Amino acid sequence: MNMKTVNKVALTTIKIIAGLVVVILAFLIGRILIQGLPHISWHFLTSPSQEFIAGGGISYQLFNSFYLLILTLLISFPISLGAGIFLSEYAPKNWFTEIIRMAIEILSSLPSVVVGLFGFLLFVVQFKMGFSIIAGAIALTFFNLPLLTRNVEQALESVSDLQREAGLALGLSKWKTVIKVIIPEALPGIVTGIVLGAGRVFGEAAALIYTAGQSASTIDFTNWNPFNAASPLNWSRPAETLAVHIWKINSEGIMPDAAAVSAGTSAVLIIVVLIFNLSARYLGNKLYRKYTAAGK
Amino acid sequence: MDVGKYDLNDTAIMQFDPQEREMALTTNDLQVYYGDNHAFYDGSLQFERYKITALIGASGSGKSTFLRSLNRMNDGIARVSGNVWYRGLDINSSKINVYEMRKHIGMVFQRPNPFSKSIWENITFAVKENGVKDKHKLAEIVETSLKSAALWDEVKDHLNSSAVALSGGQQQRLCIARAIAMQPDILLMDEPASALDPISTLKIEETMMELKKHYTIIIVTHNMQQASRVSDYTAFFHLGHVIEYDKTKNIFTFPQKKATEDYVSGNFG
Repeated sequence: MNMKTVNKVALTTIKIIAGLVVVILAFLIGRILIQGLPHISWHFLTSPSQEFIAGGGISYQLFNSFYLLILTLLISFPISLGAGIFLSEYAPKNWFTEIIRMAIEILSSLPSVVVGLFGFLLFVVQFKMGFSIIAGAIALTFFNLPLLTRNVEQALESVSDLQREAGLALGLSKWKTVIKVIIPEALPGIVTGIVLGAGRVFGEAAALIYTAGQSASTIDFTNWNPFNAASPLNWSRPAETLAVHIWKINSEGIMPDAAAVSAGTSAVLIIVVLIFNLSARYLGNKLYRKYTAAGK
Repeated sequence: MDVGKYDLNDTAIMQFDPQEREMALTTNDLQVYYGDNHAFYDGSLQFERYKITALIGASGSGKSTFLRSLNRMNDGIARVSGNVWYRGLDINSSKINVYEMRKHIGMVFQRPNPFSKSIWENITFAVKENGVKDKHKLAEIVETSLKSAALWDEVKDHLNSSAVALSGGQQQRLCIARAIAMQPDILLMDEPASALDPISTLKIEETMMELKKHYTIIIVTHNMQQASRVSDYTAFFHLGHVIEYDKTKNIFTFPQKKATEDYVSGNFG
């Protein structure tokens, strides 16, 4: 075979493999949407779930998923921003830094069910938090923190050293240079990472089953005092999320329309995750253009 | 290149009489090490105020390393010993407030490195951090520094557009404007025109000639025509040593050392 033929064969093979990935993804998403979409209605999204009769919704689960996500991000983003800045800008190149990096690497490869069990034993049992949103948010933080830290670190490292020198040569302190020059420059990458991470956190089930719990306690959407047990904002109540709901219905659901509820919930979950992913791309591109292209 | 070809300790370094001429910066026995690698030896040079001094030499001769030691840009990268005297202070001392010092000794780099902000913000950013908040004062600084860098006429109508959209030559002049907006004493330039086309290069050189009325300029350059066109004094670097330092005219017409002569006449190596 001559070079040209080899090239052609290789190119075609790669194209087929890439096409296959797209087809599998399209099939999966398409199937979930086709099965689930007919069941989604305003009523489904806004009414509480039912355990024994048909016609239950997912309002609590939907709210819980978002609330958990926001709490998780509130805890994990500041920590990972600080850790990322330290690792990228300040950490000396020595064995200690290497150990930190390795620890982050290991933490990010822990199976989420292990993270969940750890959270159960430490927070739920040992610290007597009970099945609660806050225990779930902390477990999800363990899950999210290493990836977010890596993301921040990589986004900062991708900023050219020329920019650091530019800031320092103007008499700016290192801290000012990092805060006012490097972070704005890295912002598109950081935002993309946060939103993609949010998508993963949103769909997480295993880490939550033993921490945030599997029951959706009754919430009163007119009571916004976070210290009231019935308030949506109360973080010490157990809270079932969309992903946990799907898992639970499929393992022990006894309502007559279990299959339909499961399909509808799956569709909602996947739509939200898709929105996260698409908006990550959109936001990243928009920020990138805002900072680099002409005009504003 | 045959390392043993020239005697690196056979040097001819011009000395100024500080009584006669005002020195902006004086180095004394400056040595630079990258880890175990001794990159620069025994730099003892005086730089006269309001003059342009060119540092020439082949790649790896240590001229950029030397230049970056003059405002401590080698901090954290290399170990620098010796003294750099500026207004009676040894700025290579660990007691020096490096950030304060760099406001007096600015730097322009080889590759244009504007911030990904607007032209206006590029110039005012560090000035504002330095405490100037008044809008009129800032506008005045933007105008004078852009005029000094010969960029004002090209950008005055779109100061709010992104600096990254400018051409390479314009970006570099913006970086010069940004450096002089801080009103430094000394401007260090590390091959400021090596990434630019001949026309942009010429503009940068004209800018430098204008700037030397108010600033002391020390420039590293690969381009010998550039050194002979713009500089008053020239130092020739070879393998981490300063071989010869003299008036530019003398370096290019009557070099005293064989290495210098071979380098400026193109018979090097």
